[in-house]
Amino acid sequence: MVLIYDKEKCTGCMLCPKVCNFGAITKDGNKVRFDFDKCVLCGSCQEVCPVNAIKIERKAVDKDKIAQYKDVWVVCETAEGRVRSVAYELVTKARVLADNLREKVVAVLIGSDTSSYAESLIQQGADKVLVVDDKAFADYTTDAYTIAVTSLIAPRKPAIVLFGATGNGRDLAPRVAARLGLGLTADCTGLEIDDKRQLVQIRPAFGGNIMAEILCPYTRPQMSTVRPNVFKPRERDVSRKGTIEKVEVKINPVQIRTRVVNRVKELAEGMKPIDTADVIVCSGRGIKDPANLTLPTELAKLLDAAVGGSRPVVDAGWLPPSQQVGQSGRTVCPKLYFALGISGAIQHRIGMSSSDVIVAVNKDPEAPIFEIADFGIVGDLFEVVPAVIEELKNLQSER
Amino acid sequence: MDTSGCTFMKVIVPVKQVPEVAEVRINPETGTLIREGVPSILNPFDEYAVEAAIQLKEKLGGEVTVVTMGPPQAKEVLLKALAMGADKAILLTDRAFAGADTWATARTLSEQIKKMEYDLVICGKQAIDGDTAQVGPEIAELLGIPQVCYVRHLEVEEDGKFVVVHRGTDEGYEVVRVKLPALLTATKGLNEPRLPNIMGIMKAKKKPLEEVTVTTLGISPDSIGLKGSPTTVRKVFAPERRKGGIKIEGTDPKAAAKKLVEFLASKGAI
Ligand SMILES: Cc1cc2nc3c(=O)[nH]c(=O)nc-3n(C[C@H](O)[C@H](O)[C@H](O)COP(=O)(O)OP(=O)(O)OC[C@H]3O[C@@H](n4cnc5c(N)ncnc54)[C@H](O)[C@@H]3O)c2cc1C
Ligand SMILES: Cc1cc2nc3c(=O)[nH]c(=O)nc-3n(C[C@H](O)[C@H](O)[C@H](O)COP(=O)(O)OP(=O)(O)OC[C@H]3O[C@@H](n4cnc5c(N)ncnc54)[C@H](O)[C@@H]3O)c2cc1C
Repeated sequence: MVLIYDKEKCTGCMLCPKVCNFGAITKDGNKVRFDFDKCVLCGSCQEVCPVNAIKIERKAVDKDKIAQYKDVWVVCETAEGRVRSVAYELVTKARVLADNLREKVVAVLIGSDTSSYAESLIQQGADKVLVVDDKAFADYTTDAYTIAVTSLIAPRKPAIVLFGATGNGRDLAPRVAARLGLGLTADCTGLEIDDKRQLVQIRPAFGGNIMAEILCPYTRPQMSTVRPNVFKPRERDVSRKGTIEKVEVKINPVQIRTRVVNRVKELAEGMKPIDTADVIVCSGRGIKDPANLTLPTELAKLLDAAVGGSRPVVDAGWLPPSQQVGQSGRTVCPKLYFALGISGAIQHRIGMSSSDVIVAVNKDPEAPIFEIADFGIVGDLFEVVPAVIEELKNLQSER
Repeated sequence: MDTSGCTFMKVIVPVKQVPEVAEVRINPETGTLIREGVPSILNPFDEYAVEAAIQLKEKLGGEVTVVTMGPPQAKEVLLKALAMGADKAILLTDRAFAGADTWATARTLSEQIKKMEYDLVICGKQAIDGDTAQVGPEIAELLGIPQVCYVRHLEVEEDGKFVVVHRGTDEGYEVVRVKLPALLTATKGLNEPRLPNIMGIMKAKKKPLEEVTVTTLGISPDSIGLKGSPTTVRKVFAPERRKGGIKIEGTDPKAAAKKLVEFLASKGAI
């Protein structure tokens, strides 16, 4: 057992049951009892215990080994020959972390004909760009990208490696982590360096009901996937200088065990994916008919936004599955989120409640969506949305 | 239904018992999670995985084994999967497994799977409590087999040696062909999971359910559970509760729209 409870020392102050987020500690006479099926050994109880009656035994940290690992890496995702915006967000954040550690930011740019983007990553804050440019990386495959990333990490020993928590990022990062036997923190929304120079990784879990701080004390590199749109990219400095190193990674076609036979775009021309959009206009059952989607689509055009839907709208086939927001769809955190004719069920809120600004239009004043909306309008969306479009057009022509 | 049946699919489905997170609330006074009275369920994404496996068996012949690592009461989700139509179940339960991160979870599960015969391993896309979506790819790596995540559609080629799947992407899907054995992660759209019927529930109790401990699994306790986990949860806390802001009621749409646009402009959101 790794949690040691010293009943003798325990004074029965009952602080620990109060801080346990998992209901694992209960009062037992004038002492406490631990339920190890519920306990995740997070250590909150150990922290509050005034008499050190609770001890969690962890492994020793090999400081010398850990000191060999340096620099903050960002694995930059490319798609259709371009670097995705999440890569610039992560380079911006990596810069802050690296300055804190007095180390370098290294951007890893894997793709085919994407090396011309190296300069832009330096301008964003990278000191060095490792460029792997080969036809084998034209399209994302788990196998080829895992080989490339692991073969770069293993000999060069970075302290931190960040991936975007996109579909491909969350496919690649755990594969790399497992190959190297490393820890990986999923879908982070906060990253900090503590006084021991460790990366503190902050992430939501339980559908956003709790936040967790996660460490990788024993192994290096520390790896995380980071949610898009959380860290805003800072302005590029065109005068910034850095080095670009081309690296060759040999891939034998037999090493790639999956073959993409076809790519199907379900999004109509001009429609944006919700994953990385800054603004999302989301419609619920209140939209009533697929033909009415022209209304949110028009609003979305004005705001350069993606069009999303609640589950009933996607289940009805009115929008493709990639556009569903919520527990069984996607988690998004745009700067601005419109909920039009959406009641605000918990499974929907799980997917959007960390948006910067939430606007809700619903004719039911009691709709739960209003509990989290920064700006709510009680009214008929078929009257309100055209008026909003009108106002926005006025504003845009003024500007 | 095609039962020409020279293909015989052995499918393993790792399943997880999770709290119904939609019902998990924060105690406003203590800021901690209230889990009392919150029902435990079979992870919703794992239902798609179990259903897919059963459909393959019904179409091609074969065998479906569900595996879970968890406390003794995780048996409930195995019984549910058996009631749906899975054939066998394995419960990995031992104090030494506790406190596992995704790496240690994947390691424990893959050690079990290595002892079994399989053509396909189908996981859920992600567990709705831990929310990492990492266990599937990590198992695939530890087994040394290819993976395809976010699978929305699944077909087995005639010879039973390849599968063709639709992998959900940001803008639609990719049609991916992969040789077996392989690991897939199932997402919404793959199928409509069946509800177990009375017959199924009765039969489930008689189906083989094996319990495995660290000793019977035969791996070192140092490489699993909390001890074998490279990540540690240092602290958990309640997120800042979002509060409602301005709410306009009974105004005419034009005036409301004007106020909204002014508000958005003041926030720098447009
Ligand atoms: C396991 C599980 C997973 C789920 N996953 C998801 C998920 O990923 N995403 C998701 O969205 N849901 C999900 N759900 C479903 C969720 O519980 C709700 O049923 C769903 O979100 C409701 O969608 P809605 O708000 O569009 O529809 P409703 O709840 O029907 O709400 C429609 C709203 O529109 C309003 N309205 C109607 N007409 C107008 C009008 N003319 N003008 C203005 N307002 C109008 C109504 O007042 C009402 O509030 C999940 C459920 C389960 C059990
Ligand atoms: C608040 C909190 C945050 C955490 N954050 C992290 C983190 O960032 N990184 C990390 O490595 N660990 C983390 N953990 C630990 C992690 O939740 C556990 O390792 C858990 O057992 C598996 O992760 P998951 O629930 O995210 O599963 P996922 O990886 O999301 O599950 C995907 C699929 O794998 C299968 N599966 C998962 N678990 C099991 C199981 N026990 N038995 C059978 N099949 C299973 C199922 O098919 C499931 O659908 C965290 C734990 C807590 C409490």
